[in-house]
Amino acid sequence: MTEMLSYDFMQRALLAAVLVGITAPAVGIYLVQRRQALMGDGMGHVAMTGVGLGFIFQTSPVWMAVLVCVLGAVTMELVRSRGNQRGDIALAMLFYGGMACGKLLVSLSAQAGAGSLESYLWGSILTVAPADLITIAVLGTVVVAVTVGLRRQLFAICQDEDFARVTGLPVRTLNLLLAVMAAVTVTVAMRVVGLLLVSALMVVPVVAAQQLTRSFAATQAASIALGVVVSLAGVTGSYHLNVPSGPAIVLLAIAVFAVFSLLAAPLARRRHRAATDPGPKVCDVELPERIPGQVPKRNAEQLPGQGSSDATTPERGAGLAQ
Amino acid sequence: MTHPIPPAVRLRDAVASRGGRPVLRGVDLTVQPGEVVALLGANGSGKSTTVKAVIGAVPLEQGALELFGVPYAGFRAWHRIGYVPQRTTAASGVPATVREVVSTGRLPQHRLLPFRRRDRAAVDRALAAVGMLERAGDGVADLSGGQQQRVLIARALVGTPDLLIMDEPMAGVDAASQQVLADTLRAEVARGAAVLLVLHELGPLEPLIDRAVVLRDGCVAHDGPPVPNTGLHALPGHDHVHPHADHTPPRLLA
Ligand SMILES: Nc1ncnc2c1ncn2[C@@H]1O[C@H](COP(=O)(O)OP(=O)(O)O)[C@@H](O)[C@H]1O
Ligand SMILES: [Mg+2]
Repeated sequence: MTEMLSYDFMQRALLAAVLVGITAPAVGIYLVQRRQALMGDGMGHVAMTGVGLGFIFQTSPVWMAVLVCVLGAVTMELVRSRGNQRGDIALAMLFYGGMACGKLLVSLSAQAGAGSLESYLWGSILTVAPADLITIAVLGTVVVAVTVGLRRQLFAICQDEDFARVTGLPVRTLNLLLAVMAAVTVTVAMRVVGLLLVSALMVVPVVAAQQLTRSFAATQAASIALGVVVSLAGVTGSYHLNVPSGPAIVLLAIAVFAVFSLLAAPLARRRHRAATDPGPKVCDVELPERIPGQVPKRNAEQLPGQGSSDATTPERGAGLAQ
Repeated sequence: MTHPIPPAVRLRDAVASRGGRPVLRGVDLTVQPGEVVALLGANGSGKSTTVKAVIGAVPLEQGALELFGVPYAGFRAWHRIGYVPQRTTAASGVPATVREVVSTGRLPQHRLLPFRRRDRAAVDRALAAVGMLERAGDGVADLSGGQQQRVLIARALVGTPDLLIMDEPMAGVDAASQQVLADTLRAEVARGAAVLLVLHELGPLEPLIDRAVVLRDGCVAHDGPPVPNTGLHALPGHDHVHPHADHTPPRLLA
């Protein structure tokens, strides 16, 4: 342990892991909320073009990736907000094009050894340079300030965009801001988890946390805590086992998810029993008395003619208007 | 006829399309302050699109929209409007509590400032009004459809709006929740709020309604007093050929 911490590169890798563990779930939760969990994956693909450009022009691959990824994210957001029916095809072109272009550019560049792109794809604890760490810290701080500071606003636009508009929020600006934050996160995380697994660190801690939480705020806090823990543990494991850090982090996160899912079922059952009035054991055929303010009996009859789909059995994930 | 106070909603000659298909073909819709207007019509006739045009979620290709006398482009007083969208089964991917969802209705008041005690008190009041205060800490996904609808209405009421826009609030709602919704609506109308109410049929809310606007294929087919105790069947523009040839509703003859 102390031996590990005595290496400069390890100190940098662990610091970067903490920053990435915080930022990735802090943004990822909004993508999960909007059922765009795979968006981060697409941005990771697009970022490869940025890395390739960095190789070609001998500039920082990180900043090039930020630039290209932000452009890609803004494009994706414009496609999404148009609600275009062919939108998924446009996104597919963007993702595959970005990945192919990145590999091509790296191959063309002079400096490329086979291993150099590899470290961007899977993450590497050896390659977090001091300059990278500063970049990661600056960008990560901005991302956390926005995603935690504007939680209520971003929650509102991801929960119900039309309603958010009626509260006077600048919906379009906030959507673009969120897309840019996701793009920045992808590039912040790329040194530690790698472009191919960035999305996993944005998504898995969130879905793991929500196995045990009921509120959005608690889910965000818990997923950030989880992100930090698995990132630190993954980087440490990567040091001891001499494996790439990205896969180590992601497999740990998935293991946590599996454990939490096992815990979730009995917990939800107990919570459910406490929360809902189960109603009478047998159906007493009696028209519902209308008592204002009372929680309806679960097997209350419905008015005739209400072709109702009212779920009397609450269904996990049944949501409100979108 | 001029009103000293401008109408809450004034939509004129609205033309809009969705998915490349024209959906509104020149809709006129006015809601005066304190007035309760029902927007009726068959499925797909453009009711939801009309209210989405009123809140600016569907852009107008033609026509004009004024809210409280202010053209849409310059309208900023969003705290005066409460909106209850048509409920869908589409889910959001992260759990949220009833309180968190209703709190988004306070955004026009606290904006970028922290959520304060008076915001919290307003959320409590709105939840109490729809009988959901005891469920404030529960996940919205664990509620029945009728209870979710009550939560959406609390979210719209939390800012004490002057105009309440509700899209099919009674659809798929159990009897107990229907009663709560009707009582809540009555209280809002008594307070003086204007209401634009999308309904599939007049039903139990009929006594509250001042005027009915019937859409058909994206056009206004009727704009006038509601017809008592009927759904769409007695309204002009309905496709049936009725045995009693005269379409004029009985109340208009009185
Ligand atoms: N998001 C959408 N994309 C494409 N077409 C839509 C969309 N929403 C509604 N439509 C179409 O617009 C028409 C009017 O829909 P809507 O306003 O929802 O009707 P109503 O609320 O009266 O049932 C329908 O033909 C519907 O298919
Ligand atoms: Mg509708």
